[in-house]
Amino acid sequence: MHPIVRTILQRLGLGLVTLFVVSLILFSSIEFLPGDFGEAVLGQAALPETVAAFRKELGLDLPVHERYLDWLGGMLTGDMGNSFSGRGAGGGQDRSRAVIDLLAPRLANTLFLASMAAIISVPLALFLGITAALYRGSIYDRLVNACTLTTISFPEFFVAYILILIFSSFNQIFPSLANISPDATFWERVYLSALPAMTLTLVIVAHMMRMTRAAIISLMASPYIEMAELKGASKSEIILKHALPNAWAPIVTVIAFNLAYLVVGVVVVEVVFVYPGVGQLMVDAVRTRDVPVVQGCAMIFAATYILLNLFADVIAIITNPRLLHPR
Amino acid sequence: MSDQNRGKKGDILLEMKDIVIDGYSDDRWHEIVKGVDVTLRRGEVMGLIGESGAGKSTLGLAAMGFARPGCRLTSGTIMFDGQDLMKTPEAKKRALRGSRIAYVAQSAAASFNPAHTLIDQTVESVIRHRIKSADEARKDARQLYADLQLPNPDHIGDRYPHQVSGGQLQRVMTAMAMSPRPDLIIFDEPTTALDVTTQVEVLASMRRIVEQFNTAAIYITHDLAVVAQMADVIKVLRYGVTIEDADTRSMLANPAKEYTRSLWSVRSIEKDEERSDDIILKVDGIDASYSGSEKVLDNVTIDVPRGHTVAIVGESGSGKSTAARAITGLLPPSKGQILYNGKPLPPALKDRSVDQLQNIQMIYQMADTAMNPRQTVRDIIGRPLEFYLKLRGRERDKRLMELIEMIELDESFIDRVPAEMSGGQKQRVCIARALAANPEVIICDEVTSALDQIVQKGILELLLRLQREFGLTYIFITHDIATVKAISDQIVVMLQGQVVEQGMKSEILSPPYPDYTHLLLSSVPEMDPDWLTGLLAKRKTEQAAG
Repeated sequence: MHPIVRTILQRLGLGLVTLFVVSLILFSSIEFLPGDFGEAVLGQAALPETVAAFRKELGLDLPVHERYLDWLGGMLTGDMGNSFSGRGAGGGQDRSRAVIDLLAPRLANTLFLASMAAIISVPLALFLGITAALYRGSIYDRLVNACTLTTISFPEFFVAYILILIFSSFNQIFPSLANISPDATFWERVYLSALPAMTLTLVIVAHMMRMTRAAIISLMASPYIEMAELKGASKSEIILKHALPNAWAPIVTVIAFNLAYLVVGVVVVEVVFVYPGVGQLMVDAVRTRDVPVVQGCAMIFAATYILLNLFADVIAIITNPRLLHPR
Repeated sequence: MSDQNRGKKGDILLEMKDIVIDGYSDDRWHEIVKGVDVTLRRGEVMGLIGESGAGKSTLGLAAMGFARPGCRLTSGTIMFDGQDLMKTPEAKKRALRGSRIAYVAQSAAASFNPAHTLIDQTVESVIRHRIKSADEARKDARQLYADLQLPNPDHIGDRYPHQVSGGQLQRVMTAMAMSPRPDLIIFDEPTTALDVTTQVEVLASMRRIVEQFNTAAIYITHDLAVVAQMADVIKVLRYGVTIEDADTRSMLANPAKEYTRSLWSVRSIEKDEERSDDIILKVDGIDASYSGSEKVLDNVTIDVPRGHTVAIVGESGSGKSTAARAITGLLPPSKGQILYNGKPLPPALKDRSVDQLQNIQMIYQMADTAMNPRQTVRDIIGRPLEFYLKLRGRERDKRLMELIEMIELDESFIDRVPAEMSGGQKQRVCIARALAANPEVIICDEVTSALDQIVQKGILELLLRLQREFGLTYIFITHDIATVKAISDQIVVMLQGQVVEQGMKSEILSPPYPDYTHLLLSSVPEMDPDWLTGLLAKRKTEQAAG
């Protein structure tokens, strides 16, 4: 087996182990949270017997490890359990919904917004980073650095409101509310998500652009760059052909980090634009102590992080000829 | 480029007049090269020698109209085949570089781009300058690999730089320089990083190919014996000015200037050996390997007599440095033991007592990387004084001053950081750091290899004096036979992790030799300009005979 395949499989295995550990931590930390869902829903005035009966209905009376294994087994088969909310609401009816049904459309929305922001920001950041390295020290370089630093320095909600002010109050180009309905067409979605995507782009482009620039510049003092210069290569050839292929590892790590942020960290932007994403769902679930939904969201976030970092590792490995072509 | 418009042998190809080059340091510009003239004819090889800091590389690069970042070509003219490179715009100079003037760098390992195959880099400039089509260029590159006697010339180009050895990389780089058939090649210390046995092969192939294509060359080095083999004429530089210009034979026979003669005399230190049976350290049959892979040391036994020097010699990869790591406990051996004054030392560093650690100190090849760049000399030498001897305050400072004097520096150095010292001064500070622990044994790992010969001489003399005064025991690891002659009493020859031969200096350095020792000794360049030719002829007949 090629060592690269083996390394990738190893990383994949490690990722699964990490995910398992995360599930353990997640389950137990929620277990140790103070307060009780039964009491929270039924109110403190509820009779202890009522609370006990309600806990029994939800399966909260079972021992911890049984509940954990049950939950983990469900996770593996794609069944994340049922939401707590809607239960005990009255009449003995169970109006709860499966977590997966709550989560799936929200996740689709989140991934849509994240992809849109990524498709704009990653090429933009690479382009700005490479050109800034090419014209290092020039006015252009300084301008790009100053602009990206400015946008990253403001809090997200501030950037969001500024964009709303410019693009939807002064000029009515894009809507300020991105409350996508489930039956919206693709282009409607793009139109509605324009401002949130722009906000996210402004927030993450600086980080990726600066890493691209720094990774290239740090290689410019290498003897092989001088050699390329002495072989008559032009500045742009040197950067694209000689520096960039050796700079991917740090760049991709930062890209993966930012892409993960686009999935798991955008709750503020979702709130500002009333965008129905996973972040809002999770915040709501935490507020109502809807444990299965919180756990489901957290597992998806963890999986996103692990998957994207795995992806970054793999890119770093295959762009390193020492690993790709062992002696 | 066809042969017709290359001009005749003997025509002037490069004429540099009154070259002044400035370098930027300490917030101002200093002159590095101060008005040097160079005249080079077609097909001629000029050796450029001098100690480090003489401006050799800077001058060599100026012949390409190139100045490193932090340097500038201030004045003078650089006439290359009728155009003045001082006045030529960058785009036109780019068109010359890699087509008519090529460069071979000192460290081949660092000068190849790790991301591309060797052949892609070999033909890069030829394709860029549209000298040949890609297919022709590749075919020609394979031919050049064959001419340079690289193994498997048809396929070695498909490999990546990390997949071939240093000596092979240096030859691939020569092929890369030669592939556009330039009029001029600048060789910038191309064999300095290689060990002697590899150096001979690389020198021979470079010389042959330069003759074959009648290429002019500037050969930069600090090793006189090497330049004697390569150059038709020699220019000696010091502090950016020309000391002497002459053709090789007459300069070697009769150097006109005192400084040139002093360059000659460096290889002349020789210590009288002393026999001793008082063994302070015994390496007893050790095996060692890195992370369970193949054995790097195989049943190595070395006796180190008290107050004397054992030199461990061998080419790179022979296990010399690994032996040092095993003795210091950095790499615990998998078999065998290390006896100190007859008692076994714990194999791992962390199990040794402070006394045991104090007794064995180490000095490294690269003084640069062996010191914390943010610490002053006071901190660097003071640390072992505090750690081992528990000296504090005034006592510590007093001892510090004694050590500084011992290494022939003065108190102005005490608050300097490594960047404010020269290579030789840095190595002296490392010696003082080792001495500060009051050790009995000092392991010197290639401590002079990164230094040029005059500085080397100073360091070797210092080490010898310290040995006489304090009865120090040295284990001296080196691949340089001149250094071995200068410092050792006993010699251990290593090859592929095994001790090939071990004994007194006079025994090892005189016939009859085992095969490997013979190869190693005969590969050491000598000052005689006919040495390489003679050696190659001799090896050929030996090969034919046996």
